[in-house]
Amino acid sequence: MENLKLEELFQEKLDREEKIEPKDWMPEKYRKHLIRQVSQHAHSEVIGMQPEGNWITRAPSLRHKVVLLAKIQDEAGHGLYLYSACETLGISRDELNEQLHTGKAKYSSIFNYPTLNWADIGAVGWLVDGAAIVNQVSLQRTSFGPYARGMVRICKEESFHQRQGYEIMAEMAMGSQEQKEMAQDALNRLWWPSLMMFGPHDADSPNSGNAVKWKIKRESNDELRQKFIDKTVDQAKVIGLSIPDPDLKWNEERGHYDFGEINWDEFYQVINGNGPNNVKRLAHHKRAHDEGEWVREAATAYARKQTIKKNVA
Amino acid sequence: MSDNQLPLWEVFIQSKTGLPYKHVGSVHAADAEMALQNARDLYTRRNEGRSIWVVPSDAIVASVPEDEDSFFDPSDDKIYRHPTFYEMPKGAKHI
Repeated sequence: MENLKLEELFQEKLDREEKIEPKDWMPEKYRKHLIRQVSQHAHSEVIGMQPEGNWITRAPSLRHKVVLLAKIQDEAGHGLYLYSACETLGISRDELNEQLHTGKAKYSSIFNYPTLNWADIGAVGWLVDGAAIVNQVSLQRTSFGPYARGMVRICKEESFHQRQGYEIMAEMAMGSQEQKEMAQDALNRLWWPSLMMFGPHDADSPNSGNAVKWKIKRESNDELRQKFIDKTVDQAKVIGLSIPDPDLKWNEERGHYDFGEINWDEFYQVINGNGPNNVKRLAHHKRAHDEGEWVREAATAYARKQTIKKNVA
Repeated sequence: MSDNQLPLWEVFIQSKTGLPYKHVGSVHAADAEMALQNARDLYTRRNEGRSIWVVPSDAIVASVPEDEDSFFDPSDDKIYRHPTFYEMPKGAKHI
């Protein structure tokens, strides 16, 4: 069958809300778009372990420490679910790693910001995971089967992440004056970068056109950002913190909060590698991968030896 | 670039006795034992399963999506395989 006819059938299938599975015919551009998006998502989960790992040894109590460890372990798991989904598109894990290391593949810019103190761990869980959940809930309906199924698993696990972050923020906001100031300071620093996680305005979003047509993306950047703002503003009120945006105001007519303009210059600076921690994050990932080489070698050698033993016996 | 990623295994989980095994995703591992342990760590962190199968991905044989229509065609016209095909006399119960 010629490609034009195949593409028509493909679109009809999507319009009937049927999922696309790995072995189904798909346009090359659909495959490429998904590899780019799913790998970026996977890399974000894995790189996202670093700013939080930074605080494991300094968690203020044993409870906080086991919780943080479990959360970071989940992030590794989420990265692996997504790599597994991405590999069904015909790209190897080696290639995915290489694309991350050469900078060809990106990860979410938010993880290039540092976590300066314990309140930042609270803010990351509450805001960064909170923003990720809004995005991921929407992606549960994405058109590629393995990606959608991965999202369902991830969403089930994420709400623990957001709640642990919000609990930390609540504890600090209701603590001493100094603790409250730390919580407010963390919110001040991480609020805008969290809003940037949803990407450029719809009008300036270069990858959206086909993604909407192909039902990879089910809601627009601006729609998702608005959802996140609407629910987070009220959560801030509950714990007595204020959102660092003088233009933030409830709009009765729209039924949503209006908010100020995002500093897009900062967004593109960080995407293009000039954020506070871009170099450090990648260097750490490369080092961890290289230092794991002997483990992979030993595991392979052991497996080979076991096979030989079995064949001889 | 050398192949660094270890072989691929597909993972199937049974969540409770009596239920079927369900495909959940894949893991990379050097051997079967490592594949089982990796699958446990990755896919059952919250008691999602009580039994796991791991199968080398290249051992799975699958039907081809493009052949879907012709491959499943033999069952398309045999409506008499369904109970609704049969006319029951009025008043017949429990059948």
